[in-house]
Amino acid sequence: MTSNLLVQLLINGLIVGTLYGVVAMCFVLIYKSTQVVNFAQGEFLLIGAWACWWMVVEAALPFWLAFPLTFAFMMAFGVILQMVVLRPLIGEPIISVIMVTIGLSIFFQAVTKWIFGADVQPFPEIFPVKSVDVFGLQVQPAYLMSLVVSLLIMAGFAWFFKYSRMGLAMRATAFNQQVAQSLGISVKAVFAMAWAISAMVSALAGVVVGIVNGVSGALSFFGIKVFPAVIVGGLDSVIGAIVGGLIIGVLENMAEYVDGQWLQLGNLYSVAPFYVLIVILMIKPYGLFGTKNIERV
Amino acid sequence: MNAATSPVLEVRDVSLGFGGVRALTEVSFHVNKGELFSIIGPNGAGKTSMLNCISGRYTPTAGRVFLEGRDVTGLSPNHRATLGIGRTFQNLALFGHMTVLENIMVGRHHLLKNNFLSGALYWGGAQKEELAHRRKVEDIIDFLEITHIRKAHAGTLPYGLRKRVELARAMAVEPKIILLDEPMAGMNLEEKEDMARYIVDLNEEWGMTVVMIEHDMGVVMDISNRVIVLEFGRKIADGLPDEVMNNERVKVAYLGVDDDEDAA
Repeated sequence: MTSNLLVQLLINGLIVGTLYGVVAMCFVLIYKSTQVVNFAQGEFLLIGAWACWWMVVEAALPFWLAFPLTFAFMMAFGVILQMVVLRPLIGEPIISVIMVTIGLSIFFQAVTKWIFGADVQPFPEIFPVKSVDVFGLQVQPAYLMSLVVSLLIMAGFAWFFKYSRMGLAMRATAFNQQVAQSLGISVKAVFAMAWAISAMVSALAGVVVGIVNGVSGALSFFGIKVFPAVIVGGLDSVIGAIVGGLIIGVLENMAEYVDGQWLQLGNLYSVAPFYVLIVILMIKPYGLFGTKNIERV
Repeated sequence: MNAATSPVLEVRDVSLGFGGVRALTEVSFHVNKGELFSIIGPNGAGKTSMLNCISGRYTPTAGRVFLEGRDVTGLSPNHRATLGIGRTFQNLALFGHMTVLENIMVGRHHLLKNNFLSGALYWGGAQKEELAHRRKVEDIIDFLEITHIRKAHAGTLPYGLRKRVELARAMAVEPKIILLDEPMAGMNLEEKEDMARYIVDLNEEWGMTVVMIEHDMGVVMDISNRVIVLEFGRKIADGLPDEVMNNERVKVAYLGVDDDEDAA
């Protein structure tokens, strides 16, 4: 039975890992295009999940309507946040910007607790809770959906940056703002869009996790988990973010297995990624895929 | 000079200071439509600063810049690019991780009309529009003879080709005036000749107004319609290449003062 448990945990790891990957990608998107280390990434999940929850439960909207509305709301939220809070900080020392995003993180956690309370609020049943049988393994439909959604987002990201006008403009801006401007690209618009997309996609991850685990302040913990994923992959690599997310997701669950089977330490699940973070930073300080000239903070 | 042709670009009494350093002092000149105009001067004369004032990277401390009679002095660089000022940079500034084609497509950015959503979803005319742009891009690629490297990553190309790709990217903006900051720096003779030919063709066949900074006097005097000379941020000469060549102040600026003559 233990080998079955191992496979089950491995699958869980991969599914959670893709979600980590998606959020890490959002984090990298902001870092790459605006050079901001966003400590409030997890709060995007939190706010998105609460917004969707509110629309479904309090406003009694059907989920298919609430979901796109959450997107629209988060897009506006990202743009406004960038314009009001972060645009004035352009050119300020990186440490000031970091302090501001940490501040935002604390602020949003407090505000959501204030509005929605500290208790876990479950989503009404959107997908059947009963596990389905996939190759002899028990998988929750919501998890399956999350896997599909994550893969779709990743494909969407790849397409967006490869072929779309704004995607190219964002890559150009990330590479050299001055040159991008000389080609008629508005750096302000690119910055706003980076935050909008990041907030939007993170919210999607937030809703998915909210459906599975219920919505609560714990969601913002995703923002912390994203750090090992991003550091493993390299701060400025989108591919690295995905790989990093998968590694951390699998690693967590493997740690859980090892802990449960032999060590009995408890809670290795949440700590293990950070041990890895430290080890990786010692061996490859720029991450597996990162470029070497990034600023260390 | 033809009084009837209105200048495409007019620079009026532009001064630029960084703290106590005066990079430019009351420089005025204009560039007529269809001209190939060169700015020359010794190192540190303020040539690139001048170009940056025109393209919008720097805002002059005093003076104004007009594009086709419109005051663009306070506008952002990207706004100026959309109005018709294209440029290349002194130090290579290609997007190294993108292909040549992608680099050039970035130059089309402001000409692609579809908004974020339709662009992202490929709705409506987005695809047709992109094809039309592709065609124009291919024309530019053909002109600069970089067809064979269009799928190559810009970062992998040799220096001479990169310079050409950068020119292609600036052309893709479809500017009314194109600013070239040392397009031939660091090139060997053959590459320089090629580049000079492209610039002349760009000017004559494509009808593009060109403002160029260049150190190679032979090339400058050969291909320019008109030349100005900067020294220590001031304009010391303005005119036809021959006139400028024979200007005493220019000779002094470039060759220095002969000690014997000075004593005499």
